[in-house]
Amino acid sequence: MTLEAPTPQQPDLVLEVSGVSLSFNGVKAISDLSFKVAQGEICALIGPNGAGKSSLLNILNGVYVPDQGEIVFAGEHFRRMHPLEAARRGIGRGFQNNALFRGMSVIDNVIAGLSRRQTASLVEEALLLPRARRQERAFRDRARAVLALFGLEAVAETTVSSLPYGVQKKVEIARAIVAEPKLLLLDEPLAGMNAGEKQEIAAAIARLNRDLGLTIVLIEHDIGIVLKLAHHVVVLDYGRKLADGAPDTIRDNPDVIAAYLGKQTSERAA
Amino acid sequence: MSDVEAPAVLDPAIRFTPRVLLAAAGLALLTAAPFLASEYWINAIVVPFLILSLAGLGLNLLTGYAGQMSLGAGAFMMVGAYATFAFQLRVPELPLPLALILAGVIAGATGLVFGIPSTRIKGFYLIVSTLAAQFFFEWLFLKFPWFYNGNSSATISLPGGLSIFGISAENPHGRYFLTLATVALLTILSFNLVRGQTGRNWMAIRDMDTAAAVIGVPIVRSKLEAFAVSSFILGIAGALWAFAYLGSASVQSFGLTRSYQILFIIIIGGLGTIRGAFYGAFFVSLLPLALDWLFQHLLGGQIDAGLLQNIQKAIFGLLIIGFLIREPEGLARLIGWKAAAPIRNPFSRSRTRR
Repeated sequence: MTLEAPTPQQPDLVLEVSGVSLSFNGVKAISDLSFKVAQGEICALIGPNGAGKSSLLNILNGVYVPDQGEIVFAGEHFRRMHPLEAARRGIGRGFQNNALFRGMSVIDNVIAGLSRRQTASLVEEALLLPRARRQERAFRDRARAVLALFGLEAVAETTVSSLPYGVQKKVEIARAIVAEPKLLLLDEPLAGMNAGEKQEIAAAIARLNRDLGLTIVLIEHDIGIVLKLAHHVVVLDYGRKLADGAPDTIRDNPDVIAAYLGKQTSERAA
Repeated sequence: MSDVEAPAVLDPAIRFTPRVLLAAAGLALLTAAPFLASEYWINAIVVPFLILSLAGLGLNLLTGYAGQMSLGAGAFMMVGAYATFAFQLRVPELPLPLALILAGVIAGATGLVFGIPSTRIKGFYLIVSTLAAQFFFEWLFLKFPWFYNGNSSATISLPGGLSIFGISAENPHGRYFLTLATVALLTILSFNLVRGQTGRNWMAIRDMDTAAAVIGVPIVRSKLEAFAVSSFILGIAGALWAFAYLGSASVQSFGLTRSYQILFIIIIGGLGTIRGAFYGAFFVSLLPLALDWLFQHLLGGQIDAGLLQNIQKAIFGLLIIGFLIREPEGLARLIGWKAAAPIRNPFSRSRTRR
């Protein structure tokens, strides 16, 4: 992978998180977090377990409501997102432990991601009127094209729960991008995979970014892959931003090393 | 990337798979049935079996596909029956098929209203809310004589009998074909729905509602649609139950026992499959008869008839329990042409990874 293209000097921002805080029953999960994601970049969120990474993604697509702060997505300001609103505006999401619809086939899972493009009404679908037929054909074609990106055509009609974990991960990414989001959020897309599978998925993510110009925010623990894949790394620890910058600046940051290796840092406020 | 060529398949909804051919063969058999079987069989077994299948289908769209639990099936059947009665009585110029459709629409609207709590609550709490529908309508249709036209026995029956565009269907064949046509039509419409985006939205909500919301499935709208469509079908099934099978009905015909029966039908038949409702209804209608026949031949005359009936009920219950332990996903999985998807039974307590 050769993806060392640095963030442009005057970046077009897709996402700006400013001063976001979140707590669960008084326990701070995220405190006063701010960072920016430029158009077309891969931004990696890293940090130890419990650093607030998944919570942050959940705020970005409206599953959690932040206590404070603001999100700017594609130029619009939001106090909070609603899940449906986030999807409509073009935020795609992959979950940490696959959240596929297990009783449905691979292609149906992917087509479910096109719901916001639905034009045919319930009655039109029941009666198979032309608009419903056209919609179904267009959805299937689109889903097949996306499955082809991941080499999943052969399992299109297979029930998703009967597939191996690694394949399910790909289905989930396919489902997240089928509606052509402006921003893709991926929560540990490489977790639980062997080295070969990791390389394969990482390459697929890099392709989505390069070929489709898709902006991606992802959480990943494998630092080796993160440093190669990401253009921009944000390090979180205890809900705070520890570092933010290009991969090579992160690698040598003493705070980051401390957080990862567990060295004492006197600055850590209670 | 949309120029990747898709394999040239026909629209999946009209493909002639073995499944479709088998369904066609079944339909042919059903058409010939009244000329092959005795009047007793048609009236007392096949017609109620078909109507129970339809009711099961209606509930299965809600519970099996959309994952919303309901014990209100009887209530929505009741609404359909009483609405049909009201239309036939007060707007006699309205032909029966139209009255049935309108009654279905009223039942659907009722279901939609009682489905509103589903946007906030789920599982056992939702059962309580649908149970409220059950008790409310039992009370409503008894309390106000307007609903049963002040009839002294508080029962309803069609004033002009079963008649379709002036042709009387008040005979075994008429009742049978009216039922068959309605069931066939609604089954096809349901099949189209669950194969389309509506069905995918329902199943997505059933399988994982948080993820469904995040990828853009309109949760509230889809849940309410499920309640409305399910109750529409249940309403029409209720009208058929009252007027094509029983002839005259009362609120007792649609009591809580009916709701349970419909629920058992889909659990036994298979949640989240169209054919499951038919298997379940077959099981529920025919197993008691088979047990009855068996007991009459084995033990007839040796044991008190009343005791025999109770023993049969107990054995029926045991068979259901035993069957569900062996095959929690229902007959549809057992008889499936291809292995059906493992669908989490919303009534079992085991939880998959969240």
